[in-house]
Amino acid sequence: MGKTIAEINKKIKEGRAVVVTAEEIAGLAKKQDVKKLAAEIDIVTTGTFGPMCSSGVFLNFGHSNPRIKIGGGKIYLNGVPAYAGLAAVDTYIGAAATPENDPRNSEHPGSFKYGGGHVIEDLVAGREIMLEINAYGTDCYPKRGVSTRIRLKDLNEAILFNPRNCYQNYNVAVNLSKKTIYTYMGILKPELGNANYCSAGQLSPLLKDPYLRTIGLGTKIFLGGGTGYVAWWGTQFNPSVKRTKNGVPAAGAATLALIGDLKQMKPEYIKGASLTGYGTSLIVGIGIPIPVLNEDILRWTAIPDEELYAPVVDYSNDYPNCTGKTLGEVNYGQLKSGKAEILKKEVPTGSLSSYKKAREIADTLKKWITGGDFQLTENVMNFPEPDSGYKFRAMKEGR
Amino acid sequence: MERKFVIHFPKTLVDKPIMSDLVKRYSLDFNILKAYVTPEEEGTLVLALQGTEENVDTAVKDLKEMGARIQSISSDIRMVRELCTDCTACIPLCPVDALYRDKEDFSVHFDAEKCIACGLCIKACPTKALVFTI
Ligand code: SF4
Ligand code: SF4
Repeated sequence: MGKTIAEINKKIKEGRAVVVTAEEIAGLAKKQDVKKLAAEIDIVTTGTFGPMCSSGVFLNFGHSNPRIKIGGGKIYLNGVPAYAGLAAVDTYIGAAATPENDPRNSEHPGSFKYGGGHVIEDLVAGREIMLEINAYGTDCYPKRGVSTRIRLKDLNEAILFNPRNCYQNYNVAVNLSKKTIYTYMGILKPELGNANYCSAGQLSPLLKDPYLRTIGLGTKIFLGGGTGYVAWWGTQFNPSVKRTKNGVPAAGAATLALIGDLKQMKPEYIKGASLTGYGTSLIVGIGIPIPVLNEDILRWTAIPDEELYAPVVDYSNDYPNCTGKTLGEVNYGQLKSGKAEILKKEVPTGSLSSYKKAREIADTLKKWITGGDFQLTENVMNFPEPDSGYKFRAMKEGR
Repeated sequence: MERKFVIHFPKTLVDKPIMSDLVKRYSLDFNILKAYVTPEEEGTLVLALQGTEENVDTAVKDLKEMGARIQSISSDIRMVRELCTDCTACIPLCPVDALYRDKEDFSVHFDAEKCIACGLCIKACPTKALVFTI
């Protein structure tokens, strides 16, 4: 017997909704009948907290007097360049933006101390930001320069808009070469010295709804400590990858574009990141509720770490050169134990994604729902299915 | 007093009982934090020496005269708890297991006693939660 979102929302309102986290359901399903659980449980909450480089924020500063137009000029926030291709006093700053005078990798590996991700963190934390604008001046926007300090509360809008977040599964990165390499998956020691992963595994939102039956356009979510929405499917969306028996993609597949009000967000869940030798990023906390509309959905939410597999990829050659080669698969149970067997060697593991924080987020979302503060949404539109023919393409070069 | 050192022994000294001789001669206590032989067959010891300042200094001088290279570990590493997100990116970088994760609550901890201040974890931490104190 199925449930509807409307029925579940009614239960939330009456304080009767039964909510568990994806970690709890993985445990429960080992002992109890899935049919019975599907009838009893209304919502499973998920969570993830890791660096998501394709993130950024739209800002509107309000007009100066006389007026100034950023578009076609230059704009810096704490010395980090932002986008100057929008009208008047709108901009967008991305997590990976780097100050022009940053030495980058000229002394490899660069430390990338401060960038777009840190500007966003500082805004959320309520810290003052230096705003500098250089403009060419027009009859209607005569001012040529602004140099002032701003805070998040002084702005009109601050909209977090991340074109690609929440990867459904991800590579485990290793290094088969003879020297240490510095990647967005962290520092990789030579000759399989370590294996780094970046997923919350059994708590990760898109691993628990592998066919995106409940997550779509308009899904309301936990985003950075506030509420946000799924705004579109994410860039590099790739639903047709190989799947394991349980339906879960065995490699990076679906992604989400997310949107939310930065002013609602909390510094615990939005943090700048410096990845040595790579660049800056933004660590984003995301939680997605999955309504248990039927038994299939419950079965998917209950898949434990031991049955979720990630491909192992050599970041010294196969990743940068797009060879498509993988070195095998390991499951998140092994990865989380601190050691995984790769190419017959026991390799220490590290994660870029915090499982502790993912847990905290799934728990917080659970509290919001049981407390009656958070209602579920009906999808406005579903995203492309595995058999839709939707494909992820490589760049056309040399034309 | 206690001081930590990284001592590199050339191939010719690797098999000799140098440390135990010195320790006896200058009545020192010592604690080996890590010991390994490099591919060039050079021996490396990370150890904490305890004794009077004068005796530790003389022992270090004797070691140098025998051809050992010695680095004193003067700085310390600290974990800034508020900046740590408990991700575990630093853990596999640490050569002495001074960084570890609690199996129950998944929080990451730093054991200053084990740390040899090699600094490897500092570069690995995305939120700059690991810092040199000096
Ligand atoms: S500095 Fe960091 S990596 Fe080096 S021993 Fe200490 S904790 Fe371990
Ligand atoms: S890498 Fe940094 S943030 Fe991650 S667990 Fe280690 S100290 Fe904490």
